[in-house]
Amino acid sequence: MGELKLMKGNEVIAEAAIRCGCDGYFGYPITPQSEVMETLMARKPWETTGMVVLQAESEVASINMVYGGASCGKKVMTTSSSPGISLMQEGITYIAGAELPCLIMNCVRGGPGLGTIQPAQSDYFQACKGGGHGDYHLIVLAPSSVQEMNDFVNLGFELAFKYRNPAMILSDGAIGQMMEKVELADYKPRWTDEEIEKISGDWATTGKKANRKQHIITSLELDSEIMEKLNHKLQAKYKKMEEEEVRYEEIQCDDAEYIFVAYGSSARICQKSIQIAREKGIKVGLLRPITLYPFPTKPIQKLAEKVKGMLSVEMSAGQMVEDVRLAVNGKIPVEHFGRLGGIIPSPIEVVEALEQKIIGGK
Amino acid sequence: MADLEKIMKEENIVYKKTKVLTDNVMHYCPGCSHGVVHKLIAEVIEELGIQDKTIGISPVGCSVFAYNYIDIDWQEAAHGRAPANATATKRLMPDKFVFSYQGDGDLASIGAAETLHACNRGENITMIFINNAMYGMTGGQMAPTTLVGMKTSTTPYGRNIDLNGYPMKMTEIVASLPGTCYVTRQSVHDAASVKRCKKAIKKGFENQAKKIGTSFIEITSTCNSGWKMPPVEANKWMEKHMFAYYPQGDLKDAERDNPDDYIKYIK
Amino acid sequence: MAKIKGAVKVDIEKCKGCGLCVEACPTKTLDLSKEVNSKGYNYAYMADPDSCIGCANCALVCPDSVITVYKTKI
Repeated sequence: MGELKLMKGNEVIAEAAIRCGCDGYFGYPITPQSEVMETLMARKPWETTGMVVLQAESEVASINMVYGGASCGKKVMTTSSSPGISLMQEGITYIAGAELPCLIMNCVRGGPGLGTIQPAQSDYFQACKGGGHGDYHLIVLAPSSVQEMNDFVNLGFELAFKYRNPAMILSDGAIGQMMEKVELADYKPRWTDEEIEKISGDWATTGKKANRKQHIITSLELDSEIMEKLNHKLQAKYKKMEEEEVRYEEIQCDDAEYIFVAYGSSARICQKSIQIAREKGIKVGLLRPITLYPFPTKPIQKLAEKVKGMLSVEMSAGQMVEDVRLAVNGKIPVEHFGRLGGIIPSPIEVVEALEQKIIGGK
Repeated sequence: MADLEKIMKEENIVYKKTKVLTDNVMHYCPGCSHGVVHKLIAEVIEELGIQDKTIGISPVGCSVFAYNYIDIDWQEAAHGRAPANATATKRLMPDKFVFSYQGDGDLASIGAAETLHACNRGENITMIFINNAMYGMTGGQMAPTTLVGMKTSTTPYGRNIDLNGYPMKMTEIVASLPGTCYVTRQSVHDAASVKRCKKAIKKGFENQAKKIGTSFIEITSTCNSGWKMPPVEANKWMEKHMFAYYPQGDLKDAERDNPDDYIKYIK
Repeated sequence: MAKIKGAVKVDIEKCKGCGLCVEACPTKTLDLSKEVNSKGYNYAYMADPDSCIGCANCALVCPDSVITVYKTKI
């Protein structure tokens, strides 16, 4: 058993970064995730693990520092919240285009614009459908507990390096601010130069040795034929992720007649909703996507063959519901329920929505 | 001709292309200053013996393809963000030599914030700033450094202060920042200036080993195509007009400010 | 008495005929050829080879690094 602590989700991100051998964090303050950098600065990991922590002048600079660090084969990360993540989109698409591994945590708050500092899930499209320009995807992990905030730092880096692709932890203001018991991971040393050479030695910009060709990190290619090939290569990578990296959790789905599809904070609410519904005799289960990209399309398809309807519960105007509908492909009714503007729906509201939109709507 | 054969022998070579430059033919227009500056950087890297320790950060603009010409590892940054890439690269690998190479649009306009903050933090990097008063790659639009009255494709009647603001003296601004150690304005329009510029670039790289702050080297340059002038004429125009507004020489040659001078305020 | 003699070799195919070397040459050794290379550039050449002193000014200002300079005493 690892070390047990009571910690905030955002603090855990910082702690997990240090413990998993992260080389660098570059960030800019924004509510509700400022505790990440505050924790790092208080922990001073540069004195222990040698991890670099830098408060950048903007989110634009932060993500491009991540771009620079990732180019060197280092484990680097940034965190922000919705408006800051919007600013980062340019850097993120460059990182995806240059096929670099890195970790980004978005502690989502309500939008659009400056919006609110309260939790929301309205950045699903931005996280899962690209966000920046061009055809690309991030690996998107959706934690629904402080423990998963911890676990997904390491998992995010693992997947990012496995696929040479940016990974995002799509959290929200509730998970980030909430305190829970967490089992921390053991300390892993940062990679040595030799290990980096082994892992990323065929592409990282670590200085051109006499025995090898230049390493050039770029997303630019003016020859359209080659650019198309590079795009196909990216698409093949995404297809592989879709085949091999889908993660999800099914709760009380075995006997379910209806299914909630919900991630993150909404998934927690839905667990209480299941209990309330079942007390009323409504057999409902929960499918909780853990990877939002790649999306658990097949498990949802499978459930659609045996249940009567699905309700996508999101703190948004209805974003993930589109992917649920695509998976179900018209087989059964799929509706959306969500609260906006930073409001977390109550479990009863969710059950009522199921009754009205799915059960009553038949 | 007999004489020539005697002279043109391997042992008589006094100047040849450095091996740190690749054999690729540069895509730049005839007479472009970029080619000269690339050469100087490559020569400095060769002379310092740091080819295996140098990482270049190329910009968006004409020199986006700098990586095709200087045989080192490169990162191609987003427009204006080279100092951010360079910051992280240097901090994560402090023993390497890291330089950014940016034009005026990249460094002084879209990337002004990244430039100023990297310099203000005193990052131990070398920043090369090509100021040809114009966006070359996109077709000769106005840059922050375009002179008043200068015609560009977006100031077809000449830069107008009411409309476009003043030409920006980025190098003077950077020199005022405590994090910089060496700030200079150079050019490469004749043999003497090329020699001076090379010394400046060399000093910029040597400063990295001393860890004394940011070295910032502006190279006042020409854009023959954008200026719509033959190369020789463009150089003369630069000497006459650009040098008047962008005076040549060192603006600062020291170390970054002593941290103690700043700590005292809170004591 | 020994005399300093220089010569330059231009990589004709890579020369873009910008003329900066011609301008930089203190002895008017160089000129642009009336002939063109395969890209259509009037490349630089030693129009007056005898006058070259091997100062390398031409090579220093050459943006395309196409000039090799030789110098010896004869």
